[in-house]
Amino acid sequence: MTEASSSLDPQTRISLYRQMLRIRKFEEKTHELYKAGRLTGMSPHLCIGEEASAVGVISALNPDDYILSTHRGHGHCLAKGAEMGKMYAELFGKETGYCHGRGGSMHIADVAKGNLGANGIVGAGCPIALGAGLSIQKRHTKQVVVCFFGDAATNQGTFHEAMNMSKAFRLPIVWVCENNLYGLSTPIENVAATPTLSDRARGYNMPGVTVDGMDVEAVRAAAQEAVVRARAGEGPTLLEVKTYRYFGHGASDHRPYRTREEEQDWWKRCPVANFRRKLLSEGVTTEADLAELEQKIDAEVAAGIAFAESSPDPEPEKSTLYVYTED
Amino acid sequence: MAEKTYREAIIEAMAEEMRRDERVVLIGEDVGRFGGAMGASKGLFQEFGSDRVIDTPISEAAIIGSGLGMALTGQRPIAELMFIDFSGVCMDQILNQVAKVRYMLGGQVKVPLVIRTQAGAGKGYAAQHSQSLEAWFTHVPGLKVVMPATPRDAKGLLKSAIRDDNPVMFIEHKLLYNTKGEVPEDPDFLIPLGVAEVKREGSDLTIVSHSRQVLNCLEAAGELSRQGIEAEVIDLRTLRPMDFEAVKASVEKTGRLVSVEEGYPQCGIGAEVVARVAEHCMDSLDMPPIRIASKDSPIPFARILEQETLPSPRRIVERILAARKWTRHSQDSRLAV
Ligand SMILES: Cc1ncc(C[n+]2csc(CCOP(=O)(O)OP(=O)(O)O)c2C)c(N)n1
Ligand SMILES: [Mg+2]
Repeated sequence: MTEASSSLDPQTRISLYRQMLRIRKFEEKTHELYKAGRLTGMSPHLCIGEEASAVGVISALNPDDYILSTHRGHGHCLAKGAEMGKMYAELFGKETGYCHGRGGSMHIADVAKGNLGANGIVGAGCPIALGAGLSIQKRHTKQVVVCFFGDAATNQGTFHEAMNMSKAFRLPIVWVCENNLYGLSTPIENVAATPTLSDRARGYNMPGVTVDGMDVEAVRAAAQEAVVRARAGEGPTLLEVKTYRYFGHGASDHRPYRTREEEQDWWKRCPVANFRRKLLSEGVTTEADLAELEQKIDAEVAAGIAFAESSPDPEPEKSTLYVYTED
Repeated sequence: MAEKTYREAIIEAMAEEMRRDERVVLIGEDVGRFGGAMGASKGLFQEFGSDRVIDTPISEAAIIGSGLGMALTGQRPIAELMFIDFSGVCMDQILNQVAKVRYMLGGQVKVPLVIRTQAGAGKGYAAQHSQSLEAWFTHVPGLKVVMPATPRDAKGLLKSAIRDDNPVMFIEHKLLYNTKGEVPEDPDFLIPLGVAEVKREGSDLTIVSHSRQVLNCLEAAGELSRQGIEAEVIDLRTLRPMDFEAVKASVEKTGRLVSVEEGYPQCGIGAEVVARVAEHCMDSLDMPPIRIASKDSPIPFARILEQETLPSPRRIVERILAARKWTRHSQDSRLAV
């Protein structure tokens, strides 16, 4: 047994692991379902490999804090408290899904849990986060907004508008750039003026921090600092989380733009497997306990899928429900 | 009742709603101490302070997104877009975010957001500051689109828009701000969205219009009346949802339809009105419908060109008089539109 490397208590560390494993298993099953032709529509954007970002950041938040998510948002959604059953139901396009089948993979969110929505438009969440921040400022509620976006989104005009205004108005926002090195096939290093994306924060006179996104505790610590600043009224932070998506952008992406060696190197840094090893070697938990935890998650996944499968379809004649409040 | 300008009516509507409901805020460029590029928020900053009247950077996507984010978190914002022409730089926020978020989330949220903007030509502002783009927004499910022609309508409709739980594009006309009219002072005076108004009754012909062109139509109707033709002028006031019942009732009475708008002619509001009449009361028509819009070009700068481009009372009268000679079997297709 080695010396504990963390300042976190064992329960918190196990909970971080559990959340990451929930996301990993949710996504693996989603991939399987899609491959088996059981999900319709665009192939889901899986966040396998990026679990430590969603879990590390969101574990630094209070339940009433807000997040804005992205097209790769299943992990954010789960970490913010959503139920697997209603998420799978949404993936299946069922009436019992979070969005009653109107949203699908790219729009799943449990708004009651503070998730203000995922987005199919790259960079579009950033301006919306401003409004959530302004609203908090006006209500004096000391909440914080986390806005997730990918590396590629930093090349959108909305990113610039939002970064600038958030600092000018000292809004309580943590900008979380999940840098997985690629926007679809395009390496960010080929298309970004600053190799380190957090350097962009300097242009906005706000703190910019890069953190190892394969280490959930490091992500959590970095997020916590930014959250404390935001809550104290000291304004926004740009947090760059260096991570990797192990799968393709979508299911049809066979990754011709990167080598299998590169992928192998990143697999060695798997945020879930490595954290598991760490918890065991530091005596935080035992194989037996982890096996039990894993079983419970498997059961949660199975129950979620069973719920989704046995749920009714939305009623076709109600397809225009939810366009307006009067509908 | 008091005589007020369209501008005053708009300011008064916002002020009353801000007094009534602490959640109502105004956000936009130069809307604060300066009082708005069109002067349509004068005095609000002084009364409500910088928490509720917020001057932004020149970042239109950020303005609309701010409005949306506030609406999703318990506020009832009014976001001012200085010119409707600038919707190009924030269209994603309007089209894909504001209009759709409630639907995509399966009804988990409401979006009580008013996007107040200003459209129209006639001031020599040239091609990027003079457009009437209401048809773009009327196309999109999830938005409501309101375009008042008079001070009274501006006040009653804006108050309803602010109280509405759905996103509303509230489009003012830059030539109307100084027009005057009677405006009720009752703070609960509201005009419901989605209800057209017959601005002039007539039995021979139905003219359907909105915004400033309603005034041109009324002037044209006066001239037609001198020539023995009584035109009914319907002001749609709200383009989405459109009060088609009002149009239908009038067309069934008069048998003749003319639509007048300031936007571009292709796929405009007139196209929608004519299509609905064709679908639902074609048999009532004694004459092919007439669509009058601006000419099919960008809005020019030179006054003489700009005037040529826009519908005017004279053009409306001429088109109607010419078309009345036209019959279904005529060889002369010049006059068929
Ligand atoms: C405005 C816009 N442009 C392009 C796309 C198509 N698209 C979807 S995701 C994506 C890549 C985004 O990369 P990044 O922001 O780094 O997120 P990641 O997929 O890597 O998580 C692209 C090009 C889109 N959805 N929206
Ligand atoms: Mg990326």
